[in-house]
Amino acid sequence: MSQARKIVGVDVGGTFTDVFFLDESTGACTVAKVPTSKPDQSAGFLAGIKAEVADFADISTVIHGTTVATNALLEKKGAPTGIITTAGFRDTLEMRRRDRPHTWGLWGQFTPVVDRDMRLEVAERTLADGSCHTAVDPGEVEAAARQLLASGAEAVAIVFINAYANAANEQAALAAVKNVWPNDYVVTSHEILPEIREFERTSTTTLNAYLQPAIADYLRRLEGALGAENFAGEVLIVQSNGGVMSLDTACERPIRTALSGPAAGVIASAYIAGNAGFSNVITCDMGGTSFDVSLVVDGESALTTQASVDFGMVIRTPMIGMTTIGAGGGSIAWVDRGGLLQIGPESAGSDPGPVCYGAGNTRPTVTDANVVLGRINADRPIGGALERLDVDAARNAIMAAVGTPLGLDVMTAAEAIVRVANARMAGAIRLVSIERGHNPSDFVAMPFGGGGALHAGALIKDVGLKAAVVPLYPGVTSALGCTVADMRHDFVQTLNTMLDDLDTAALTVMIESFAATGHQLLAKAAVSFAGQSTVFALDMSYLGQTHTVDVTLPVDAAIDTDVIRSSFEARYRTVFGKPLSGIAIRVLNLRVAVIGHRNKLDLKLLAPKIAAGVDAQTGERAVWADGGWHQAAIYERPLLAVGATIAGPALLEQTDTTIFVDPGLSATVDQFGNLIIRQQD
Amino acid sequence: MIDPVTLAVLKGRLEQIADEMDATLFRSAFNPIIAEAHDASHGLYDATTGATLIQGKSGLPIFVGAMSFAVKAVIEKVARDGDLAPGDVYIFNDPYDGGTHLSDFKLVRPYYHDGEVFCYLASVGHWHDVGGNVPGNYNPVATECFQEGMLIPPVKLFSKGELRQDIVDILAANSRLPGSLIGDLSGQINALDLGARRLAELLSEFSAATLTTVFAELQQRAAQLMRANIAELPDGKFSVDDWLDNDGVVDEPLKIALDLTIDGDVMSLDFSRSSPACAGPVNISRSTAIASVYVAIKHIFTDVPANAGVLEPINIIIPDGMLLSVTAPKPVGGYTETILRVIDNVHRAIAEVAPERSNACAYGTINALSLAGHRSDGRRWVMFSFFGGGHGGHPEGDGLNHGNAPISTATIPPAEILEAAYPVFFKQWALRPDSGGVGHNRGGLGAIYEIELLEQDADVFLFGERGRFDPPGVVAGGAGAGNRFYYQQADGMHSPAMGSKMVGVKLLRGQHLRLETPGGGGYGQALDREPERVAEDVRLGYVSVAAAKADYAVIVAADGTLDQAATAACRKDAKA
Repeated sequence: MSQARKIVGVDVGGTFTDVFFLDESTGACTVAKVPTSKPDQSAGFLAGIKAEVADFADISTVIHGTTVATNALLEKKGAPTGIITTAGFRDTLEMRRRDRPHTWGLWGQFTPVVDRDMRLEVAERTLADGSCHTAVDPGEVEAAARQLLASGAEAVAIVFINAYANAANEQAALAAVKNVWPNDYVVTSHEILPEIREFERTSTTTLNAYLQPAIADYLRRLEGALGAENFAGEVLIVQSNGGVMSLDTACERPIRTALSGPAAGVIASAYIAGNAGFSNVITCDMGGTSFDVSLVVDGESALTTQASVDFGMVIRTPMIGMTTIGAGGGSIAWVDRGGLLQIGPESAGSDPGPVCYGAGNTRPTVTDANVVLGRINADRPIGGALERLDVDAARNAIMAAVGTPLGLDVMTAAEAIVRVANARMAGAIRLVSIERGHNPSDFVAMPFGGGGALHAGALIKDVGLKAAVVPLYPGVTSALGCTVADMRHDFVQTLNTMLDDLDTAALTVMIESFAATGHQLLAKAAVSFAGQSTVFALDMSYLGQTHTVDVTLPVDAAIDTDVIRSSFEARYRTVFGKPLSGIAIRVLNLRVAVIGHRNKLDLKLLAPKIAAGVDAQTGERAVWADGGWHQAAIYERPLLAVGATIAGPALLEQTDTTIFVDPGLSATVDQFGNLIIRQQD
Repeated sequence: MIDPVTLAVLKGRLEQIADEMDATLFRSAFNPIIAEAHDASHGLYDATTGATLIQGKSGLPIFVGAMSFAVKAVIEKVARDGDLAPGDVYIFNDPYDGGTHLSDFKLVRPYYHDGEVFCYLASVGHWHDVGGNVPGNYNPVATECFQEGMLIPPVKLFSKGELRQDIVDILAANSRLPGSLIGDLSGQINALDLGARRLAELLSEFSAATLTTVFAELQQRAAQLMRANIAELPDGKFSVDDWLDNDGVVDEPLKIALDLTIDGDVMSLDFSRSSPACAGPVNISRSTAIASVYVAIKHIFTDVPANAGVLEPINIIIPDGMLLSVTAPKPVGGYTETILRVIDNVHRAIAEVAPERSNACAYGTINALSLAGHRSDGRRWVMFSFFGGGHGGHPEGDGLNHGNAPISTATIPPAEILEAAYPVFFKQWALRPDSGGVGHNRGGLGAIYEIELLEQDADVFLFGERGRFDPPGVVAGGAGAGNRFYYQQADGMHSPAMGSKMVGVKLLRGQHLRLETPGGGGYGQALDREPERVAEDVRLGYVSVAAAKADYAVIVAADGTLDQAATAACRKDAKA
């Protein structure tokens, strides 16, 4: 066992399973990319590892980024689930917060994941101050559980009104259900989210129950399959908050993986950019249908507390903040009836895909425009499934859908598509940077995913970013992120009290109790850490405000009212400007995070071992930019040596992406093998 | 002619400025009506006409049409006074000139470029309390605007960049919640500052002439898009009538009538057959009426942008002195109820013309309910909220259960937040079975909210509608169930004499209220609804066994088991 020194990151996406291997004894890193197996992702998972590892006993840790939970939610393929709730409130899940799917248009519909006849009420009630108005009757709860079982429920969520203030009735109900429930898939709202707001708590708790059987089944199957290959190490799962957790915890709290897909990529970006000397990063993940941006400030990812997977499917857990717009490679370009050029939100996705794939789509996409402009090599399609891309079909589609209606020739029309798509991406970047008070010139863009590197240069110019950093393996960034993510456990508890009435002694006890639980979870995981840390924060506001600010408290000092007040005022100043005087301060929630810092990967190990002077140029090609043709040099990116500098226009090709260096920009290979693109002096 | 890329790029940049102004106010506002319910809006308006050039996408839909009237009011004031200067900001809430009601305070700021007004920036937000007889300003028995709150005409809040503190002092002195007022006012000032900064940045990248061309092009293209939408509808004339329960003062129904004419690519909406101005607060000004038509149209043609060009091919006819065109000092505090009825009428008329484009009526009332009292320690409390109901059935399916009003994107506070803040206890917060209008596609369900009082006593106010005239269905669909309100007194349960409006009823500790909100109207014939879908509705408890038989001629057990043979026979009889 002591020889097991390989760490393997596995990111399972919709199309490909990406694997990143690090051999801690030699420092060697390798990557693999295999098709994702469906419906059982574990086959592709094993195949991906086997591509590089002969003996699974050599592996100490496997870290897994998964979209199984996300897909189960989007496709509504969770387990039949029941809800046991307070009398009068069985419709909470279905009534939501009285919203509608779209601001404009009244044709919305919503089907909750648990049908109305599977949501049962019991007589019980806790009041807002935590006092018990009506005690729960375990017999009634047991009867409800039996009825749900008889109706086919495999999982059950127990959600009582005001359980955040006093969980006694929920705890009694949990014991009663466990008497009759045949499996472990029983959850209560105070365990999942002891936070005020019944809809958000009901939704999060219910979705956890709904996911539990499928996720536990998948992860246990994976664990078994790895065991059968002689694997004896630890499996860790990436959470939506960018940290990892043990496989056992993931089986109990699958909701924490619901939006983990992009999280690993953001963690990797922050790590890679930080090593390269950039602590402020805007990550740009361009896929087939969307463009996702996320903000990293001073090396830390911005976390958000809530998101919706779909209309009304609300999940409230800490997660990496992500802004998504519908502008991916497959987004369709069209001219509306007012004569305005539009990109998306409709997308050709990867099936049938862009017109140039020849799979039946006839409406031009952003990728088609890039092919026509010469930026994507038609003879070398990414992914390797196609021999050649159909440039003529792409030209015809662009002419028909955009050129003719706008009176443009085909090249001008193709460039118009790319420029309008770039403008939309630039808008998303402005949204997460300028609108939050940051100066774009302090940030670098890090494109990953298949398409981002084609647009990175234009984004520098449009938004005024400092540079773009294209990592060595843009297509497997998320798998790399798996291997550097810390282990992280988050806790929340609603306090809802005035600061002046806050019992700081009781708060300190609560903080210590959460921290102890977190540290126990870290200890149980059998992973070696370089160090551990904790973060304590309060959600606070002035009385009367409904939006809170997150106030981080000092970890190593005693917590008293004065410390909390001055921390709040400092934070308020940063977020809104001048703090207010004479208005009472409210403390809504306590948040505690316990983090186990994993040993860091030395990225220099990844740097290309190419001697200076090797000719990486493979030819040149005509590329359309700024209204005319340019001869662009083409390079084989993996052959570029550290320190190599290339002036735009140029195209850099590698198996998982194409990088376009616009005219007026230049690109340099840094000591880690990253490509740094900047404005030419 | 501007190139298509510059046009598309600048459209996005300009929209982002307005959206960012919205977001700034939502985050910093003190009052939940702005912070949570987003009852606010921002945009850029034409320097000479006040026409909407660009407006934020996240604010309250009704303001998208109304704000240009507010800017126009300032432009007229400036023309009279002739003393506009850089750094000026006007403030006012006059609902007759600027639209909506007294609670909505508008800030209008000229944006100067090269010494001339380039455009106006404006911000509107619903303040928590602006004086008047009723906390929160929903006074169902007002007969003059003076009973609804203070009325401020356009005055300079800033003069050449200097804040006029005397104006702020007057405003604050006239509100029950001066702290909230000042917080919201600061948020609106910040939003305008931000808009001006962003516009200056844009003008450093693009010339003023380019932006002016873009504004004109966007108007013209919006008009072109709207004309194309109208041209697809068949020509003809279609009439619909609907009614408000009463005005809260005189218990007589008020008619809102629409004669819609489609002629080629032009649409006319004639409201001349509607009732004259009424005594109580359900009047609206002409600008509000036009804004509500815009909302109705944009719900049907969702692709039209938020600028003035959309209304260019639409003629709106409203004679003076009507319920839909009042002037000062007629009360307008309940404007929401009337504009919801205007929107219902437009949707019903379009359903007559093009059933595949429209939908049945939504629940049609905001149900502004307030409970106010004092805690045992003497502190005053006011719980004020709007409640949800069902949306109408539509060509793609059943109406949404428990949605928000079509004029708003507001969400409802959770019961736990209300219980934590006020001495109340919700006995029920549930869907209302059998409330969806029957139809091939059923109306969405309304809700039942039952509230018990935990303190000594409280005064209860309600401003609602649809208590006497249920939300209509379309294309032979049935109406949704009407609004019902009950309150407990020592001798049992009562309902308001005015249907859904009442003032200051005393509730004692342990007594409760019950609000049953309307469902949406149905879409298409009930007898065309597939028996399996009716059986599913019964299984889920949306429709009762009895209603399945009476309304749909479907025989089904309570667990959703369908009796095929009995249903076939029942349907045969029903169709005979």
